[in-house]
Amino acid sequence: MSDIRDDAPLTTSKNRTAVDEASAILVEPKGDALVGRTVTINRPRAELYAFWRDFTNLPTFMDNVARVNVLDEHRSHWVVKAPAGKTVEWDAIITEEKEGELIAWASAEGASVPNSGRIDFRDAQGYRGTIVTATILYDPPAGVVGRMVAKLFQREPAIQARRDLRRFKQLMEAGEVATAARNPAQHQQQQEE
Amino acid sequence: MRALTWHGKHDVRVETVDDPEIVNPRDAIIRISSTAICGSDLHLYDGYIPTMQAGDILGHEFMGEVVEAGPGSSLRKGERVVVPFTIACGRCYHCGKQQYSACDNGNPADNQDLGQALYGQPMSALFGYSHLTGGYAGGQAEYVRVPFSDVGPIVVPDGIEDDRVLFLSDILPTGWMAAENAGIEPGDTVAVWGCGPVGLFAVQSAFLMGAERVIAIDHFPHRLELALKFGAETVNFEESKTYEALMEMTGGIGPDACIDAVGLEAHGFFVDNVIDQIKASTFLGTDRTHSIRQAIIACRKGGRISMPAVYGGFVDKFPLGALMEKGLTLKTGQTHVQRYLPALLAAILDGDIDTTFLISHHLPLEEGPEGYRMFHDKQNEVTKVVLKPGMAATH
Repeated sequence: MSDIRDDAPLTTSKNRTAVDEASAILVEPKGDALVGRTVTINRPRAELYAFWRDFTNLPTFMDNVARVNVLDEHRSHWVVKAPAGKTVEWDAIITEEKEGELIAWASAEGASVPNSGRIDFRDAQGYRGTIVTATILYDPPAGVVGRMVAKLFQREPAIQARRDLRRFKQLMEAGEVATAARNPAQHQQQQEE
Repeated sequence: MRALTWHGKHDVRVETVDDPEIVNPRDAIIRISSTAICGSDLHLYDGYIPTMQAGDILGHEFMGEVVEAGPGSSLRKGERVVVPFTIACGRCYHCGKQQYSACDNGNPADNQDLGQALYGQPMSALFGYSHLTGGYAGGQAEYVRVPFSDVGPIVVPDGIEDDRVLFLSDILPTGWMAAENAGIEPGDTVAVWGCGPVGLFAVQSAFLMGAERVIAIDHFPHRLELALKFGAETVNFEESKTYEALMEMTGGIGPDACIDAVGLEAHGFFVDNVIDQIKASTFLGTDRTHSIRQAIIACRKGGRISMPAVYGGFVDKFPLGALMEKGLTLKTGQTHVQRYLPALLAAILDGDIDTTFLISHHLPLEEGPEGYRMFHDKQNEVTKVVLKPGMAATH
């Protein structure tokens, strides 16, 4: 291989150094496991950015986020579901933002799951709307074993990121998050699982 | 409510389950008046489709009356609607291109992983057809929850009988799209493998689109008779050699377009003797062979293959060389039902298309399991079973 990198995103790299390279694009990288996912959403960039930037909206499509409290312009408090009915909490700080383009964050000191990442919003070609990319670095709780346990309970960040972005797309395009539940009681039960 | 549920291979039951309710703003609740058993339900019945769960409510061909509509629905209480089997949001890129069966948003996010792993992109959602396609409860029940009800269901006039419009839900638009995908040109000869409901509607549609001759292929005499009624010539593959017959009937050219309306349970194919059967012949000479393979081999050079038939996985000995060397075009896919509904409803109301000939049996929902057994075991005489909730017992 030559030294020239191809155009594929870092999150698809076969090379372990991708984590270091991804860290380089974050102002304040935290964590050493890299996940990323891209989705195209048939809505204007400004609308998607505005919805996401109001962090209190995020639990409507992020199934594992119990709630987000906005503390000030840059700081928010996150309560996230963990395996076995537990929750983990941390403060997140916005490290960089560009209106309509980019939101980057890092967890504050003392977070039980140190994490950082960025959400990029770009215009899609051919009037397809907006391309949204999530790039997340995190420290798996209790290392590799914790990551496997989390995967077992489907709270593994790679799975969550993929599904959260799909739900974000459903909510923004269709106006609601698709569910096969036959009634509200069943819907509630499925969300708690 | 009462509903027909799946419990395993050849085990369906009518049980009492929770009533459906409005969950999302665009939902509607429909009280079912008629719901049919589809040939593709037999794939579930025979256990060919993965990701079924015990207790899943079956049924994707249904119609009825709106009893409740969410604030985002365009439907009103009391309206009679036929519901497409494909669940489409109407607002994603694919829906914008009228590729409704490729909708990005109908399938719940958690259910999309398997389709993505199997096919490279997640599957869209269908009613009552496994968790790969969403895990939505189907319409072989007294009531059903219909998501995105402002996009899918078509309102039908009060006076028209269920039997005349029920098949707008799946098999009529599927047969129509099959003919459309065959790219029929005036003077064409079109061959149709399989004279089940989709094949028979494809025969009718092909003539309406300008085909000069349609050749229908099956082995059930009664089904071939129905094809004959619509003006098709027939080949019974148990009586005649299909490839040779098609070549002779088309003056050695081969059909201009071939429609495979059989699919993954082609008789005599999906059994253990398949490999032997292939090895024992060139697969041109056997009659009970896989329909898509035969369609490709029989098709004329530069011709068109349309494949409405359902396939789920991998096919061995696929004649890729014939496809390339003869320069064939292959079109397929789940039906974009919503795209065809207004025109097909109009054709029914104008008397251009008749679908009632197909129905051989009406049964109460309670006798649904018997309906599956009959449809499965007696495909010659049982062409279509329509289940009616509330109908009096037949015995």
